[in-house]
Amino acid sequence: MDSPPIDQVGVEERISRLTKRSIKKESKLSALKLALSMVDLTTLDAKDTPGKVRQLCTKAMHPHDAIPGIPQVAAVCVYPTMVRVAKQSLKGSDIQVAAVSTAFPSGMSTRKVKIEETRYAVNEGADEIDMVISRGHFLQGEYNYVFDEIAAVKEACGEAHLKVILETGELSTLDNIRLASDIAMLAGADFIKTSTGKVQPAATLPVTLVMLEAIRDFYYETGKKIGMKPAGGIATAKLAIQYLVLLRETLGDDWLNPKMFRFGASTLANDLLMQIVKEQTGVYQSIDYFSKD
Amino acid sequence: MKKKSNKKDLKLKFDTTWEYAPAPESKDHVKINTRYDLFINGKFTAPDSGKYFDTINPATEAKLASVADANQKDVDKAVKAARSAYENVWSKMPAKERGKYIYRIARVMQERARELAVIESMDGGKAIRESRDIDIPLAAAHFFYYAGWADKIKYAIPGADSRALGVAGQIIPWNFPLLMAAWKIAPALAAGNTVVLKPAETTPLTALKLAEIIQEADLPAGVVNIITGAGATGAALVNHPGIDKIAFTGSTDVGKIIQKAIAGTNKKYTLELGGKAANIIFEDAALDQAVEGIINGIFFNQGHVCCAGSRLFVQESVMDTVVRKLKDRMETLIVGDPLDKNTDIGAINSKEQLSKIRQYLKIGVNEGGEMYQSSCKVPSKGYWCKPTLFTNVSQSSRIIQEEIFGPVLGIQSFRTVEEAIEKANNIPYGLSGGVWTDKGSKIFKVTSQIRAGVIWANTYNKFDPTSPFGGYKESGMGREGGLHGLMPYLELAE
Repeated sequence: MDSPPIDQVGVEERISRLTKRSIKKESKLSALKLALSMVDLTTLDAKDTPGKVRQLCTKAMHPHDAIPGIPQVAAVCVYPTMVRVAKQSLKGSDIQVAAVSTAFPSGMSTRKVKIEETRYAVNEGADEIDMVISRGHFLQGEYNYVFDEIAAVKEACGEAHLKVILETGELSTLDNIRLASDIAMLAGADFIKTSTGKVQPAATLPVTLVMLEAIRDFYYETGKKIGMKPAGGIATAKLAIQYLVLLRETLGDDWLNPKMFRFGASTLANDLLMQIVKEQTGVYQSIDYFSKD
Repeated sequence: MKKKSNKKDLKLKFDTTWEYAPAPESKDHVKINTRYDLFINGKFTAPDSGKYFDTINPATEAKLASVADANQKDVDKAVKAARSAYENVWSKMPAKERGKYIYRIARVMQERARELAVIESMDGGKAIRESRDIDIPLAAAHFFYYAGWADKIKYAIPGADSRALGVAGQIIPWNFPLLMAAWKIAPALAAGNTVVLKPAETTPLTALKLAEIIQEADLPAGVVNIITGAGATGAALVNHPGIDKIAFTGSTDVGKIIQKAIAGTNKKYTLELGGKAANIIFEDAALDQAVEGIINGIFFNQGHVCCAGSRLFVQESVMDTVVRKLKDRMETLIVGDPLDKNTDIGAINSKEQLSKIRQYLKIGVNEGGEMYQSSCKVPSKGYWCKPTLFTNVSQSSRIIQEEIFGPVLGIQSFRTVEEAIEKANNIPYGLSGGVWTDKGSKIFKVTSQIRAGVIWANTYNKFDPTSPFGGYKESGMGREGGLHGLMPYLELAE
């Protein structure tokens, strides 16, 4: 592998400059709506039930019908056993069903099991698969193992889009994050994703910038446009807009859409809705006006 | 590292449907008088000449104020006031009391930081992002830092007693008006000197605001005098027999004139002059962060920076990649209203400077250089220059040899470390430089062989009051900042 080194100090300086962009008025409103349309509405609890998933799907299709012009979210993200329920609930909408797979969140299982699980999720109707990489093997320097595993899962995905979760909070350095990004893209990832949401730190701006820059270099080398999904810890509209600024100034217009960029989040949607209503009506509404599903 | 092939026809689109709405900093809280007199002996005094000149906003070409044009008699008056303040008040005052006054100036500056930042951007054209986050905080930091030295100087120079020189004549440029005033005034006062300061004629307003701050801080009359005017005023100050020291920041040409003018006199001097810094990117560098550093190194303050990294040397194996990354990054630079919080590059400081830059762009193209400018739109009124880079240039190109003092970067390639060092040093200037590599040993090897006053490694344009700054060769003599910056204002007594 031939990944360039990353200078953490330089990355942090770039972030502090990008987060100083002042996003106001109409540019704020369009950013809020864009961010909402990029949300992968997520429930990944061991106590998830079909009822809970159906509620989430309703929220995905009808985020806040009291106000016209509010977009639907991009996808609903669930465990493989909930894919069928989600698929049925979302019937007739454009909303994708994403399933976490490969012994999510730890990835501590055999390749055989991971592939079987992926096939199962796809057969149940998943449009997108969110897999985790084997961080232990990565940290041991077994990059070929990581590469082969991603390639194998990609094959098992068939038509489904593959998002590769690096679990950046366990990779320790930005150099590692860059290397893992490059491996994932070369192995066939359609998206690279920061985190499971089960490990701290989850998504951060510096990590996302490094991954966006990896996507940019990969694009120039291969012509392929890889998507990006920061996930975990993005709970406020303000932070979501900062991510969009990063995206806009690193990859530009072709990535400013839900096909190329997603937010993996559970509570972000309501804060976005609250801010959208505030921008449109001039006043904040109580959080009780927004459904919690 | 193997050379990566990039597909040529690919291009990222930074012209997006999601535009940033204007986010202008308010100027309602700012008060600019219609007319400014000279600040002599603690009072604003009408000039003997009776003449005033206009200072304008380079982003709109609108007049901001009339400013007094000091003649020989006015300079006399200011020097006399400074001399009298030195002999009767400032030199007799205990050092720790002097320190208190300097602290007070620093505090009032901080309190009025927003106002100062807005005026700096209006008068000089620089982006509010920079005047707010760099110029003004750093200017206050210089006063704080040197205030601390005032009563500790005798401990700083073991085995020798020191005393102030007397009256310092100080001439500052238009690129960092308030910051350069702070660089000059703070160490002079801490060392016990009094001051006659002349700001640049295109950017006098923040220095005159500083005069108000000095009044507010109750500094004894005559300790700091601020006289406005153009070259003739500066010449009168340099040639005045009543001053003991000249501190000058500006062009190498004027620096040479000053050296000639004071030859044979007892006047001490420090000169901080031009530069043409080399930024060197090795193939093992963190390229995305290096590119960001190159962008900041050349486009900071519209390139009106003596230590701007205006010559870029890129190792051949990564040349295409670096140029592509630079071009992409340039597309996201926002050029326009200096008061907009999102503006990255403001207005060129003056009509004269803009025509000088344009002249160099023409020279560059005529010499066979390949010019690239970002596709941004610039306002129709005011003085603007799009961020520019030149490839296909060589050491003998004039745009590589001469200081342009604008947002213009010249890029050359190199193959070996030795070649990079040789080319970096092959210039009459020696103010600053930058090295970008992931390898520590290479940093030491290269930085120890480049003849420049300041060299940054994997970063650029980092300033701090504790750190000395100044040049080799035609970039000047003497150092400002840190303990070094006090020395030119002191005389050692046996």
